[in-house]
Amino acid sequence: MDLAFSPEETAFREEVRAFIADNYPAHLRGKQDEGEELGRDDMLAWHKILAKKGWAAPAWPKDYGGTGWTATQRYIFSEESARAETIPPLPFGINMVGPVIYTFGTAEQKAKYLPGILSGDVWWCQGYSEPGAGSDLASLRTRAERVTEDGKDYYIVNGQKTWTTLAQHADWGFFLVRTAADGKPQEGISFLLIDMKTPGITVKPIITLGGEHEVNEVWLDNVKVPVENRIYEENKGWTCAKFLLAHERTGIAGVARSKRGIEKLKTIARAEQDGQGQPLLANPFFRRKVAELETDLTALEFTELRTLAGEASGKGPGPESSLLKVKGTEIQQRITELVLEAAGNYAAPYFRQFPEGSNEYPIGPDFAHRAAPTYFNMRKTSIYGGSNEIQRNIIAKMVLGL
Amino acid sequence: MDFNFTETQSMLRDTLRRYLADSYDFDSRQAMLKKDGGRDPGIWKALATEIGLLGAALPEQYGGFGGGPVDSMVLMEEFGRAIAVEPYVSTVVIGGNALVAAGGAHADALLPAIISGEAIIGAGFYEPQGRYNLADLRTTAKADGSGWTLNGHKSVVVAAPYATHFLVTARTGGSQREGAGVSLFLVEANSKGIVRRDYPTVDGFMASELYFENASVGPQALLGAEGGALPLVETLVDHATMAVCAEATGAMLKLHELTLDYARQRKQFGKAIGDFQVIQHRLVDMFMEAEQAKSMTLMGTLRLDDADRSKWVSQAKAKVNKGIRLLGQAAIQTHGGIGITTELSAGHYFKRLSIIETQFGDFDHHMARLEAGLMAEAA
Repeated sequence: MDLAFSPEETAFREEVRAFIADNYPAHLRGKQDEGEELGRDDMLAWHKILAKKGWAAPAWPKDYGGTGWTATQRYIFSEESARAETIPPLPFGINMVGPVIYTFGTAEQKAKYLPGILSGDVWWCQGYSEPGAGSDLASLRTRAERVTEDGKDYYIVNGQKTWTTLAQHADWGFFLVRTAADGKPQEGISFLLIDMKTPGITVKPIITLGGEHEVNEVWLDNVKVPVENRIYEENKGWTCAKFLLAHERTGIAGVARSKRGIEKLKTIARAEQDGQGQPLLANPFFRRKVAELETDLTALEFTELRTLAGEASGKGPGPESSLLKVKGTEIQQRITELVLEAAGNYAAPYFRQFPEGSNEYPIGPDFAHRAAPTYFNMRKTSIYGGSNEIQRNIIAKMVLGL
Repeated sequence: MDFNFTETQSMLRDTLRRYLADSYDFDSRQAMLKKDGGRDPGIWKALATEIGLLGAALPEQYGGFGGGPVDSMVLMEEFGRAIAVEPYVSTVVIGGNALVAAGGAHADALLPAIISGEAIIGAGFYEPQGRYNLADLRTTAKADGSGWTLNGHKSVVVAAPYATHFLVTARTGGSQREGAGVSLFLVEANSKGIVRRDYPTVDGFMASELYFENASVGPQALLGAEGGALPLVETLVDHATMAVCAEATGAMLKLHELTLDYARQRKQFGKAIGDFQVIQHRLVDMFMEAEQAKSMTLMGTLRLDDADRSKWVSQAKAKVNKGIRLLGQAAIQTHGGIGITTELSAGHYFKRLSIIETQFGDFDHHMARLEAGLMAEAA
């Protein structure tokens, strides 16, 4: 066992760092620094640059456009990305539907969809949750009925999806739909890829507590989907869904991003005064909480490293990844609590956004106007991607055998 | 010992609860926040005249009912249940108590105007560099022969955009963070040299940054002793702290009710989520926090005249703040995604409660006050 990086790994780190420094778009950096809202092109810009370099999907098998990196290299890459605060490729394509397609799709499906996912040219969204099917995802009711028209087979899809993140920008969506009503609920679900421009799809915004428009309702009214858009067998979509949830959970730990988050918290707490003549970071109450948070993050980091090592030796991400999701999201939320506390009285002022080119200076310290909205918004992390209650159920059943 | 409310207090509570249920339901509140100026001034006027409750906690000689902090507690709990955005804390609790303490012409003129709803007060006690330390002041007031000239910046003054008067602290002597040299001023909002920057707050109130730029005010603006106002300001803030604890209690009880209702109605895995033990225990933990918030609010309010006042108030606010964190987050988690949207009221209770955590001292601030007491005991 050895924690030190090899000379090759150190060289790799330098290569990644230099690539980001030389290629990260300056206008994007500016918008991020100002806390400006990012548009569709902004969110895709870095993805497209990474794609040209061949680095968009480090976790994919090399045959499908992955990098062929070791687990350590992937770890270094994600650390450097977080350190530089790059906008990562959207998870819906690279982390979610991509692996489902290359694992369960036909040769034609792989050829048709994987290139657009890799290049960032096609924006994907996830049609899983429904108003009545959240934690109990298998109770979903959006139904797909098979019809034949002009000798071609289609599904006619009807129902409503919700919490569909960034669907307002999406070109394609992957949907769980009910294709059989009898038997166990899990056994009648199919996994469909749907072109979001298909007639009958309506996307309606849901505004969240910080004033953001991130999530949407997606209504499907007699949406006609070719049968060849189904991944894997009919009524076997749950297998894809479970596989995807496990994949989603590993990235969800967000260790590197949380490291960066704590660095920013410390920068804030060095600049802010505690009202007793010292920086907030020197305040005994506050510094204790930061120390605890850093300790929790180290524990998560080494748990994730052990999981990655297991994956490298051939173990797929299993139910252990639920631990990473629970602890990872708790840490992400804790960071936002401490930033909120650091804002003090300046947590209260609400500024959705400063108009571009505005001379208006922000109220209070720069970080403060996002402190409360971010605290509110990040409550989502223990709810999405399989709520933390569901993750604990998974650990109880699958790991502990209870 | 008697924990019963007087007949007047019970009547006040019932009247206000009925009024808020009729005129301040969630949809009306949300519509009101979207109006120009972010509020409906008619509500405050109605509270003063139709219901006549703004004088409940103020002395009879000024036209009040002769009540006190318990009356304010009763009202604030109801405001909390409705997540009302009315300026009761700064106007009646801080402004009213300051004027009663000052007496004289100010009190004779302004207290009746507060009770009739015509005078609204914004309290500027905090500054950007000072966090929750009331003595950490850079704002100065200099005697200029005809009165005082004020210079400085006050943070997040709630209700300032529509206030008629500001109550602000300024240094007339001493150094930053020194107890001595703090003076209290009551100035008219439209005084020359006061610049406001108005904004909404994340929890639905309106507030301002106040900039004093050679603002000159008359000699009568000084309230109380020159350089000796810190003890009074601390008293006023302790009263205000208990008022927001009462507001938090009302909001916590209501948010618990909303979450309990949701857990009974929301079905997953073929049963109400409230049937799952993990949800039951969470709802019980929330209940225990709300009950303790109510207890601590009552305790702190009844001990506002106690010699150990600051200890009791800090215990109350620290406990309430901890309760808010647990109950607020648990409420959102139990609601799931819908709890994070602006559609249901639950999220709006969570927002108000989270900002109450930061008002008049966070958990650490109150722990520091309590620990300072223990250090004195240890010495």
